[in-house]
Amino acid sequence: MSETGQSKPKLAVWKFASCDGCQLSLLDCEDEFLAVSEVIEIAHFSEATRRSVPGPYDLSLVEGSITTPADAERIQRVRAESRYLVTIGACATSGGIQALRNSRDVGEMASVVYASPEYLDVLETSTPIASHVSVDFELRGCPVNKHQLLEVILAFLHRRKPNIATHSVCLECKARDSVCVMTAKGIPCLGPVTQAGCGAICPAYNRGCYGCFGPMESPNCAALSAQWKAMGVSDVDIVRAYRSFNGYAEAFRVESERHESI
Amino acid sequence: MHDADSIVVERQDFAGLFEILRSLGYAVVGPTVKDQAIVYDQLSQVDDLPIGWTDEQEAGHYRLRRRNDAALFGYAVGPHSWKKFLHPPRLRLFQAERSEDGAMVFKQEPVEAPKYAFLGVRSCEAHAIAIQDRVFLEGAVADPTYRERRIGALLIAVNCGFPSSTCFCHSMKTGPGISQNTKVDIELTELLDDEGHRFVFQARSQKGQTIVDRLPARRTTRGDLDAAEALVAEATETMTRELNAEGVRDLLYANLEHPRWDEVADRCLTCANCTMVCPTCFCTTVEDVTDITGDHAERWRRWDSCFTLDFSHMPGGSSRQTSKSRYRQWLTHKLATWHDQFGTSGCVGCGRCISWCPVGIDLTEEIQVMGQSTQGVPSS
Ligand code: SF4
Ligand code: SF4
Ligand code: SF4
Ligand code: SF4
Repeated sequence: MSETGQSKPKLAVWKFASCDGCQLSLLDCEDEFLAVSEVIEIAHFSEATRRSVPGPYDLSLVEGSITTPADAERIQRVRAESRYLVTIGACATSGGIQALRNSRDVGEMASVVYASPEYLDVLETSTPIASHVSVDFELRGCPVNKHQLLEVILAFLHRRKPNIATHSVCLECKARDSVCVMTAKGIPCLGPVTQAGCGAICPAYNRGCYGCFGPMESPNCAALSAQWKAMGVSDVDIVRAYRSFNGYAEAFRVESERHESI
Repeated sequence: MHDADSIVVERQDFAGLFEILRSLGYAVVGPTVKDQAIVYDQLSQVDDLPIGWTDEQEAGHYRLRRRNDAALFGYAVGPHSWKKFLHPPRLRLFQAERSEDGAMVFKQEPVEAPKYAFLGVRSCEAHAIAIQDRVFLEGAVADPTYRERRIGALLIAVNCGFPSSTCFCHSMKTGPGISQNTKVDIELTELLDDEGHRFVFQARSQKGQTIVDRLPARRTTRGDLDAAEALVAEATETMTRELNAEGVRDLLYANLEHPRWDEVADRCLTCANCTMVCPTCFCTTVEDVTDITGDHAERWRRWDSCFTLDFSHMPGGSSRQTSKSRYRQWLTHKLATWHDQFGTSGCVGCGRCISWCPVGIDLTEEIQVMGQSTQGVPSS
């Protein structure tokens, strides 16, 4: 029995400012997603079906950040209609790549990009969902890992704690037997300050971690940057590394600003 | 070290060892070059060994380097240790099903225990295995996976000739030579000099004897034994790092509030790499997973570390919120509380945590600084 009195719990998937990649991760679950749809009613999921059932919903998955006055209002309605609200992806949990504008003059940028900027009605900033409404769980990643997404849905379904680690990527990197690219190849890697979840893909392919899952539980970015500098990375490149998909997440933002002012 | 019972196998006959091990049903694992490091993996032939390779290690630094000879074992330890075979990073512990009448039925997990031959175990590593034996086998309950894998494993140990700059086994009394009371099955020393490229082999257990007996070999000469001894003596000489193992336990207990902990916490990333690469660290966490129907559940175990917040999570949150408290837990466990818990040191001086720490934190340096500015009188 669902909380809303229906036989199956109702799931809604909402999109705000985003690229749709995280919703695609859900569709990418294919067989598992079909199985999920047998026990959960997909009540609203525009990317998958035109059919939309009115709320309230037992579980809302929210993708994207808040960038317009209209969305700032819409998220309030989504929250009011949802028993549990889970944000998915870097946009929803940290403001996303579009939060790069947060330290710029939006009006000026709009006038350069758009022929008729007067038709735009946007906020000065791109902010995570949790800056607007209370959020029950944040699932990180750019995009989210489909196994983790499924795990969160299953945990919700069976009323248990989701197994989503908040420690560094390094534990996953070591568990999969990869050789550390920082120490053995001199490649700067954000893994030590980034939350696990991707399975440490990049170091396994000779690249440093890009920080897709945002800051880990106790990030020491200053110490990592000091090591990067000793390896010859410039302040400009340190700013760039922290200022990507999760650039507006507190720990990464502070660290990029620190190097900008040097 | 070797005695007069030892034998000499020429380089061209070394492949015979692989044949014998295979005929006895062993899966041979050992050092090989992969991803620009010397790692431990499956070996099928002599050529899989890091022939002519060595390593250059410093705090937070590891690089492969070419040797100017074709030695098979001319390097120190790399990022992997044998623990990944004996104590796998991920393991399913059991499965549970909901039966028709709603009861929970547990399905025990069969213990998977490949019969491993570990080729190229270093002295510090043999000590690390002995330490994990205590942890996993000599407590109230033995770990079944570790037990089965450990019983089947054959340890072919190599005397170290080329320690890296991060090694400090000599001061921990765990190397670089293999001592008489270190538990291994075969001890070998690689010699490469004017007398040729050859290996001194010595059986150190019954299991080892049956293998050594089958190798094409000649008797050792005084010259072979002297050369083997000189190699280890020279390795000892070249070791620059040290840790004052005597009294380190008391030193740490007397300095639990030393300001140095704050300094190291400023640098520590709490990334957990040190605990992952350490051959004696054994900590795990468990995760329960369910399928969509909820009728099937599994419990998985995976490596964890005292550097994660979840590790010390109790009602009310993690009891080690600060990185200072987490680094202090790691170091005091390795060098102090381990003595109280298991009657040995938790560190064998392999240097992995130094080389593979992304920011190059060096426990020998931390201990040295604390020793020089001790805050309390170490009680004994
Ligand atoms: S490669 Fe990156 S993620 Fe992997 S252990 Fe090294 S620093 Fe950590
Ligand atoms: S604490 Fe460091 S040096 Fe000691 S055994 Fe562990 S990894 Fe090796
Ligand atoms: S140092 Fe930490 S990870 Fe290692 S055995 Fe001790 S508590 Fe476990
Ligand atoms: S000591 Fe080094 S390897 Fe260990 S947690 Fe700290 S930064 Fe990571």
